[in-house]
Amino acid sequence: MRYYTRRLLHTIFLIFGVSVLSFLFMELAPGEFFDEMRLNPQISPETVVALRHQYGLDKPLAVRYVRWVQSVFKGEFGFSFAYNRPVAPLLMSRARNTLLLTLTATLFAWLIGIPWGVWIAVRKGKWPDHFSTVVVTGLVSVPDLLLALVALLVAMRTGWFPVGGMVSLGSSEWGPAHKVEDVASHLFCPALVLFLGSLPTIIRHARTAMLGVLDSGFVRAAQAHGISSRRLLFRHALPAAAGPLISLVGISVGTLLSASLLVEAIMGWPGIGPLLLEAILARDLYLVVGAVIFSTAFLVAGNLVADALLYRIDPRIRGE
Amino acid sequence: MALADKSASARHASDARPVPFLTPKRQAPTGTGPAQRAGKLWLALIPLAAVHSLVMFAGFFAPEDYAEQDRTLPLAPPSRLHFVDPHGRFHVVPFVYRIVPPPARPGDYLEDQSRVFPIGILVRGTPYRVAGIFTSRRHLFGVEAPAKIFLLGRDEYGRDQLSRLLYGGRVSLFAGLLAAVLSVTTGALLGACAGFYGGWLDGALMRFSELFLALPWLYLLLAVRAFLPLRVSPSEALLLAITIVGLVGWARPARLVRGVVLSARGRSYVLAARGFGASDFYLIRRHVLPETFGVVLTQAALLAPQYILAEVTLSFFGLGVGEPVPSWGNMLTSLLRYYVLSQCWWMLSPGLALIGVSLLYYLLTSLLQERLRIGQL
Repeated sequence: MRYYTRRLLHTIFLIFGVSVLSFLFMELAPGEFFDEMRLNPQISPETVVALRHQYGLDKPLAVRYVRWVQSVFKGEFGFSFAYNRPVAPLLMSRARNTLLLTLTATLFAWLIGIPWGVWIAVRKGKWPDHFSTVVVTGLVSVPDLLLALVALLVAMRTGWFPVGGMVSLGSSEWGPAHKVEDVASHLFCPALVLFLGSLPTIIRHARTAMLGVLDSGFVRAAQAHGISSRRLLFRHALPAAAGPLISLVGISVGTLLSASLLVEAIMGWPGIGPLLLEAILARDLYLVVGAVIFSTAFLVAGNLVADALLYRIDPRIRGE
Repeated sequence: MALADKSASARHASDARPVPFLTPKRQAPTGTGPAQRAGKLWLALIPLAAVHSLVMFAGFFAPEDYAEQDRTLPLAPPSRLHFVDPHGRFHVVPFVYRIVPPPARPGDYLEDQSRVFPIGILVRGTPYRVAGIFTSRRHLFGVEAPAKIFLLGRDEYGRDQLSRLLYGGRVSLFAGLLAAVLSVTTGALLGACAGFYGGWLDGALMRFSELFLALPWLYLLLAVRAFLPLRVSPSEALLLAITIVGLVGWARPARLVRGVVLSARGRSYVLAARGFGASDFYLIRRHVLPETFGVVLTQAALLAPQYILAEVTLSFFGLGVGEPVPSWGNMLTSLLRYYVLSQCWWMLSPGLALIGVSLLYYLLTSLLQERLRIGQL
């Protein structure tokens, strides 16, 4: 229990630190949302001053930060100038879409990547291993950006899958089953790109972890006892290799979110990514900070889950 | 089922390898292992050097300037090389025809077969500057005006895609490389200090690095970019991109270097040197930093392609290097338009180049890891 508490405190400290850092950077940033208004001759300078006062931008940094923290506890995460709404509800719906996309892709990547890695670890040095090395190296070298563009091209050319957005026009009047089908068909392309992007890392890690375990004495002992190879692999060896794979869950969240941002922006999936890009171009800084905090929260949550799982599984960590 | 035996014997073979290191005075290659692999490193280094010199002397290899437009030829497909002219005569030197846009049908191009334009080697063309010092007009290849040769087609403004690919590679490749050097240097210095001095400095630096690692890299990159001015000149944008990408990534190399330094600091020869009254500076320079050499080198090779990609991503979203200066990122932006993506395959060329460069760096990293016996990072 103490372990969990410590990890949780550490996480809170991290998010707090990131928010302070964002505000410091924001202070250093030249230019703000109202610069465009200042250039507009139809808006009087007094209006801009009044607006800045209304949003509290004329206050010193510390005051703004405290106000922002207050708004976080009210569940608002600051105020978006461009949307003229609190940031949190904007981000919430987008975060749900990002989660849907990334979780689907991750689920399939793990379901396929782990058995694949185990399989080629067993056949080390044979043709499946060599073939997989080629596939993995190839996939690692193709940037997600390009993968997304090619997927877009294929989808447009063949017309098999809809591209852009998350739902079809007029889907709000359809029945629930039809709606799910609609979202799933929109989900396919972006999820496929993310899946292909994260697959090689999982295969490689699964292979390395399995190779380490297959070397150990207990596997050979089990073999000598005549335990069937499938049972040996998936009941004895794989759990022993789970440690590094679980840490991989934590590590890969960051890469996954970054890839997701790219894919979302290119394929028009309404996740956090496109919102962040819009916010940057509009200098809507509270929205930027909000998106950054949300992504941090995702990442540290992933790490937290991975750590908790490791703690459950690996007695060596509990001993420390 | 001999799976365990197979891998076990492989493991033993690798254990028998002597500890290799790049500096020859540290170890004399014995037996089979590293001495043979030493040659393999060139497999990655030579093509990489070739690609980098290709883009460094882009002016010479590119037939045109990156900003030279021909508004009569937007999105023209790659020029066709011919050997046989309309009279059935065979030419040893391949030639091209002049491309004329038919007035009525935009986007469609015809060859004017009345005159052949053989490809010349070392021809005179638009002037360019070499290394920023002297000006030259010689290009590796080209054809006589009014014909033009464009082996990779032309973009929407009628600019030669091959020339832009080369000039854009200069921006993207060197941005990635410089950013990698910057981030590895910063990381190594901070990591070495943290590991060597320990105490509160170590604690503070490591906590600080956790903040950077807690953010997904693209979000971090975009966030830092968000707080900087949006409209900047291309050269400033390049500097900005290199600095952001380089500084944002300092945390990982710093933590790795710190680990190596921590273990090096406790070695008996370091303690002995300290006992003889060696200064901190001497210890770090002479005993500790050389230990980190392998990690630093591998990290640089690992980070360079990632940073190239980071610059490409920034420029792709219009937050990095902007028009008219090409970067592989902003060249790919036009693919977001349906017509370009579906009809003009040659516009994908920066992406293909990116794959090639990533592969080479990937090869380099794994060869370095093998050579220096560092586990996967």
